[in-house]
Amino acid sequence: MNRNFLSSVTIISLVLTLMSYASSGHAQSAQEKGLAIAKERKLRDKGWGDSTGNMSMILRNAQGEEVERKMHLKSLELVDDGDKGLTIFDQPLDVKGTVFLNFTHAIEPDDQWMYLPKLSKVKRIRSRNKSGPFMGSEFAFEDMSSFEIEKYKFKYLRDETFEGQASFVLEQEPTDENSGYSKQIVWVDKKHYRVLKIEFYDRKGSLLKELVNYEFTLYLDKFWRPLRTEMFNEQNGKSTELITHELNFNTGLSDNDFNKGTLKNVR
Amino acid sequence: MFDNIVLIKSFKGSTLKTLFPLVAFLPTVVFAEIEYTGSAAVEQRYFFQDALYPQQERANLSVYFAPEAYTSFNDGNDSISFKGFYRLDQQDEERTHGDIREFKWTHSGDEWEVQTGIGKVFWGQTESLHLVDIINQTDAIEAIDGEDKLGQPMVTFSLFKDWGNTTVFVLPYFRERTFSGSDGRFRAALPVDTDNPIFESEDEEKNLDWAVRWQHTLGDWEVGLSYFDGTSREPDFVFTTNELLEPSLRPLYPLMQQAGIDVLALLGGWTIKFEGIQRTVMEQDYTAFVGGFEYSFVGVFDSVYNINWLMEYQYDGRDDITNVVAQNDLMIGSRFVFNDIDGTVILAGVVQDLDYSNVRSGFIEASSRINDHWKWRVDAWMFSSDEIAEPSYMLRRDDYVQLSIEYYF
Repeated sequence: MNRNFLSSVTIISLVLTLMSYASSGHAQSAQEKGLAIAKERKLRDKGWGDSTGNMSMILRNAQGEEVERKMHLKSLELVDDGDKGLTIFDQPLDVKGTVFLNFTHAIEPDDQWMYLPKLSKVKRIRSRNKSGPFMGSEFAFEDMSSFEIEKYKFKYLRDETFEGQASFVLEQEPTDENSGYSKQIVWVDKKHYRVLKIEFYDRKGSLLKELVNYEFTLYLDKFWRPLRTEMFNEQNGKSTELITHELNFNTGLSDNDFNKGTLKNVR
Repeated sequence: MFDNIVLIKSFKGSTLKTLFPLVAFLPTVVFAEIEYTGSAAVEQRYFFQDALYPQQERANLSVYFAPEAYTSFNDGNDSISFKGFYRLDQQDEERTHGDIREFKWTHSGDEWEVQTGIGKVFWGQTESLHLVDIINQTDAIEAIDGEDKLGQPMVTFSLFKDWGNTTVFVLPYFRERTFSGSDGRFRAALPVDTDNPIFESEDEEKNLDWAVRWQHTLGDWEVGLSYFDGTSREPDFVFTTNELLEPSLRPLYPLMQQAGIDVLALLGGWTIKFEGIQRTVMEQDYTAFVGGFEYSFVGVFDSVYNINWLMEYQYDGRDDITNVVAQNDLMIGSRFVFNDIDGTVILAGVVQDLDYSNVRSGFIEASSRINDHWKWRVDAWMFSSDEIAEPSYMLRRDDYVQLSIEYYF
């Protein structure tokens, strides 16, 4: 009896230990799996080097009225740090020639400058204002900066088929307290690790925006880029469509092209 | 391109062969695409008080045209840019004026660049006063804020390195400041005789000025150091009378040396800004500085609006402050950014003189887009000055509001 009791206690405690081990192991693996998927996503996009592109941004209000913005971009991939980017505004015409220079950093806030042609002035700007709208659109400044692993804590949620593509669904929680989001839910396709859709949740935890990528095109036989991105604001009914008209790789850009001293020459 | 084809057809055989490399090269040099852009505006000013002088009017209509052209060649390593300016003013014939703001050739190397021609540069970080910014002369007749500048002839050499950006300026020709005529507002009791300036330099406006500037980013800090040696952009005035015994003020441009420092630091929600100069002019040494902060409230009341608060203190150590507005003054301002599709911004502020409690000025600037080509803008200034010792005393009846309609192409 005594022995039986002991053994049953042993068995129960053993079972409990196993269960707790299994459950903690499972919780850990959701984070680990999330991180592994995010790392694979980053890895698949490694080595694109540099690019130039031509884009339009269509801003729509809830009544369906629209305004078009035009810009072109120059981007440079960096190995040990976040990417460098130049955005040159072409339309509306009163801001034509304005240049936005961004050095993305994984943990530290991005370094950002704006060149204002009217004053011939290079102005350092605060990247802590990352939740602010980019050119009056539904994209925030932080949505325009490059994807870095250190910016988020990841969690794998489930598998799901999104528009016919087998996908992982991840939760990513921004590590920066200045982010405008409490979390993002990301659909990544299993075959190419491309971001198909993102749901953005505001600081109060309500769904704020939904981004969907369309018309994926393969560049340099390796890198997938969506030529059309829709960002829809669930709370105010406004939306912004980002259309890539032209995208070129291996354009010969170097670090020198991303200097605040030469912004006045950028076209 | 069409001209090329005609050219090729008119030559025969061997001539064509020798010309071919040249012709192949031509389109990139001679026929590089020229980009034309620019802006124009109609501005209506209305002054709130009757003028101090009988020639002055209560209302003024003005238009300007500012065309720009740009072309690049040699794979973008060389470029030529042009920015012209012409204003037509209803009341003040001095304000009816033109200028080449920029007409320069830029040649870029790997980590260096040479610019030759007429250019415009801006140095500094503060908002209420630009102390270190010394290269370009102020086109003072344009606006009371002094932000409009005349094109400056220059040759510059810049080096862009890990340790910062350094530029050396050689400035072979001096531009005189512009002043309102007798029919214009914002003027002294006596006319400024801009036809008879006095220079300390024997070479007068052809004195060879030079300057050097180093600017660098150190994490969240922007740091600039500068030195200038040449004719002062800021004139003194000499009382004079002509043969008819009519009095006037002749601008006097002395030689000077100026060392400057400008700093911007991002600290939490605060942006700290500072500019300081040490100047030697007419056997006098003095310092002046302006410093303060900007604080941003992002997404006010759960909206997309930003409100920035600015406060800057201005100090000038000159003994004779007859011409110095910013000798001991405090600016408090606010920038309200709507973050809307039309890019609406409102900037408002007050500058209070701390030596004279009854001397202050206030301003509001608001602008917004109408569509891709058109934009409206409202500027208003108010001057309160009962103090004869202050230069702002001459503006005491010049409170105004201006509505501008701008066209961009």
